[in-house]
Amino acid sequence: MNIATVPPAPLDSEPVTEPSKEQLLEISMGPQHPSTHGVFRMKVVLDGERVVRLKPVFGYLHRNHEKIAESVTYLGSMPYTDRLDYMCSITNNWGYALAVEKLAGIEVPERAEYLRVICGELTRLQNHACLIGFLMQDMGSTGTPLMYAFREREKILDLFESLTGARMMCNYMRFGGCRVDLPAGWLDRAKKVIADFPRFLDEYERLLVSNEILMDRTQEVGVLSRELAVSAGISGPMARASGVDYDIRKVDHYSIYDRFTFRVPLGSHGDVYDRFMVRLLEMRESVGILQQATRAIPAGPIVDPKMKIRGFRPKPGEAYGRIESPKGELGFYLISDGSPNPYRYRVRPPSLINLTVLEDLCLGRNVADIVAILGSVDIVLGEVDR
Amino acid sequence: MYGGTELVGEGILKGMAETARNFFGSFVSKDRLTTVQYPEERELQIEVARDFPFLVYDGADWQQGMRCVACQICEKECPPKCIFIEKSKDKKPDANGKPQFYPAVFDIDISVCMSCQICVEVCPFDAIKMDVDYSLSTDDRFGGLLLNKQRLSKSNDYYRKIHPTEAAEVDARLAGERARQEAKAKAAAEATLATAAVQPASGESR
Amino acid sequence: MIHLVQLAQQLDQVFVLAKHWLLGYVPAGVQPLCSAVLSVLSVILVFPLLFAIVTWIERKGLGRMQNRYGPNRVGPCGILQPIADGVKSLTKEDIVPITADHAVHFLAPVLLVSASFMDYAVLPIGRNMVIVNLNAGVLFFFAVGSLMELAVFMAGWSSRSKYTLLGAMRAIAQMISYEVPLVLASIVVIMQAGSLSTVAIVNRQATYTGIWPHWFVFTPWGFAGFVLFMIAATAESNRSPFDLPEGESEIIAGYYTEYSGFKFALFFMGEYIGMFATSGMAITLFLGGWSAPLSFLTWIPSYFWFFAKLLTLIAVFIWVRGTLPRLRMDQLMNLAWEFILPMTLLNIITAGVWYYMPTGSIRWFVCSCMVIVPCILLSRGLKQKKRFQVRTYHFTQ
Repeated sequence: MNIATVPPAPLDSEPVTEPSKEQLLEISMGPQHPSTHGVFRMKVVLDGERVVRLKPVFGYLHRNHEKIAESVTYLGSMPYTDRLDYMCSITNNWGYALAVEKLAGIEVPERAEYLRVICGELTRLQNHACLIGFLMQDMGSTGTPLMYAFREREKILDLFESLTGARMMCNYMRFGGCRVDLPAGWLDRAKKVIADFPRFLDEYERLLVSNEILMDRTQEVGVLSRELAVSAGISGPMARASGVDYDIRKVDHYSIYDRFTFRVPLGSHGDVYDRFMVRLLEMRESVGILQQATRAIPAGPIVDPKMKIRGFRPKPGEAYGRIESPKGELGFYLISDGSPNPYRYRVRPPSLINLTVLEDLCLGRNVADIVAILGSVDIVLGEVDR
Repeated sequence: MYGGTELVGEGILKGMAETARNFFGSFVSKDRLTTVQYPEERELQIEVARDFPFLVYDGADWQQGMRCVACQICEKECPPKCIFIEKSKDKKPDANGKPQFYPAVFDIDISVCMSCQICVEVCPFDAIKMDVDYSLSTDDRFGGLLLNKQRLSKSNDYYRKIHPTEAAEVDARLAGERARQEAKAKAAAEATLATAAVQPASGESR
Repeated sequence: MIHLVQLAQQLDQVFVLAKHWLLGYVPAGVQPLCSAVLSVLSVILVFPLLFAIVTWIERKGLGRMQNRYGPNRVGPCGILQPIADGVKSLTKEDIVPITADHAVHFLAPVLLVSASFMDYAVLPIGRNMVIVNLNAGVLFFFAVGSLMELAVFMAGWSSRSKYTLLGAMRAIAQMISYEVPLVLASIVVIMQAGSLSTVAIVNRQATYTGIWPHWFVFTPWGFAGFVLFMIAATAESNRSPFDLPEGESEIIAGYYTEYSGFKFALFFMGEYIGMFATSGMAITLFLGGWSAPLSFLTWIPSYFWFFAKLLTLIAVFIWVRGTLPRLRMDQLMNLAWEFILPMTLLNIITAGVWYYMPTGSIRWFVCSCMVIVPCILLSRGLKQKKRFQVRTYHFTQ
């Protein structure tokens, strides 16, 4: 089944079936659905159980994030970036802070960089834990792996709460560093959580990796070829599972990632199983980075002393800052005209870009596979719709 | 780690052993039964948690001791614009005795507030801080969630109770500033006394 | 000692004696009718009560496996939760889609529940405690059990909705595919017992050598038959990992999406009662029915053993549900036709070999090989065909 031989889907208001063909069934896996990870709609045309065409419809969570940013200051936009990809608020903050620092030429002290790396990798851990839990839930394991994953995620969220004050909407980064320094005892607690994490990963692997049902449902399902991944701009674990060796931490050398030794897992088949396993392996690598960072964190200031909170006016210009968020390449493009508010603010959402190939992945598969494939793409509607 | 399986079902049996371990473990170890049965049990309150803002007042009288001087910086910096302040026409003395404006109206709409804490960061007078109270549900969707000046005012003792380290640091800083102010005032008073003492002498000599 | 034995026997037969006593009050002409009514009434009272208790056990069990308490607010340890659920389902609005076929839509849950209750007519729950001892009891059981599939299809088709249609098609395909291994797995028992009557089958297993019972599950072909029967029974009852027709995360609720309130509760109950009936048949065929596991435990009443075995099987069902993800439709069918069905056929041959070989350890060895070797070969063949790989991943620096 090739996307090129199927005519393009019409506008949203028209039905997708052609009455001339055989009895095709069009269902709407609609905005309210137990496993579409948010308000996301897919118009699926089925021939029996096989998918003939699939059209994703989103925009149900559009909140005018980019337009709002033009009417608040640069700092005022920071809490809104928390709510983009609401599972990984700290990495969203980091991407935005990086873009503004590029725009205004602000430097970040060393301790702040270490704090950023620690919080960023903790975010990656809890996001991947959440994802593999939900992938199993969507495939029908009534909640057991989900509960185990969330048990670990809660420990990390408790760490975030004692550092930033909130579990998910952290609002932690500032331009030139971080907002607040580590409270007493936080580093020891974080080290304990990080030391316990591999045990959970082992438990998970024992529960799932050689489980025949899981392998049957995820191997050779939703295969994304390397060429399509590169030409569609896929980034993050989804691209790495198809064999594309592109990790922005290694490519851009942003922040202080050069100081840590970590490997980047690559898959070869590009199916759902590979995406699942790449994320599991990435979690192990993140644990390694965290262990190195928590050992080596120096003392010092946590924010650039020259930065002031109010009255921040960067010089006119433009900048694009990007980071390797847990979902892919998260980029922020800013155009400044010298005023306290940005002139144009654009987010490059990895979930949206990764979602554009959903139809290619699902053609010819069963309805049950759609859910597994969607789960493995790892979308968060806050980011897709902004 | 990724051992091969021979029989159909071997991986399944391993998975079932894992579940059984969790089942029996939930009766013996706390780690395998992580539920906190709210509202009978509560988690320990984390100190730096933030819910919605409140106004701090010193002393016993909330109107007299309120630290807010209606500078309206928090209103300008608030990203979703949930703070509404009306400055008063007259002035009242603050903790240092200096007459300051005060807010005649200070409303925060907590259905709009996103707990970002920027108002706390920009306040130069440590007048607005973040509360930890989350049981704010009401059946009046609009009026019940619009907190006025009186509902927002809570005493400094309450602030010390919910955020001890922060409150201690704020108190120390304010006390230091007050001491500096008093020292400056005393030095200025001594200087005027000195010049006053010199003046009549020079006046009398003429 | 004799006094204790007599007491144990009376305790064992207490329900039979109670029924005879009650029938004494009824004129002789009406006695057969009243006897039938009393037996049926007891089944209708006991098994829904068991259903209520099992829903509670399931929720608590799943909760503990998932590191959480189950329901624990309604009554001590949440034991009154089924009552709360019952009240909820009775008081919910009964929504029927306007384009649905109302008659069929109404009859589907009724048929499901009736068919699943009829299965109990031939299950011996205790010594002398079977509603009717049919000569072709096992055949009757499977025939009536297939009515449940019809009810499922009626539900999905009459709701006139795409999701329910998908669910119904899947359900029919699954249930028909697994009927065949279910029946074939029970043929081995019929061959050994020489009778289709459930009472005769249990009586064959209720004897002991030393302390060990003659249950069929303790033979190689019986063990294989039991495992295959249980897998097919899981599929017949639409339980995880075969609950694709009910696939909660894909098609919401499959064939009973459009049912609410009491009809939904009837569906739920019908499925569970069907599950108990199939487990009950597994116990009758393989686990010795109401007989005690060790010869010195026969003083414990027979119905106690039946329910103990039933609860054990239910616990295994719950355990499997808490662990495994769902099988996809085509994998489910592949499993039925390419693995389970050949194994059941080979099992029949093994049982025949067992019957004709002289007793002794040689026939144990031969029959065990006849069961284990094809199992390994088939598994390997299946895995190679599907190219199951446990993969290794390479890293870049």
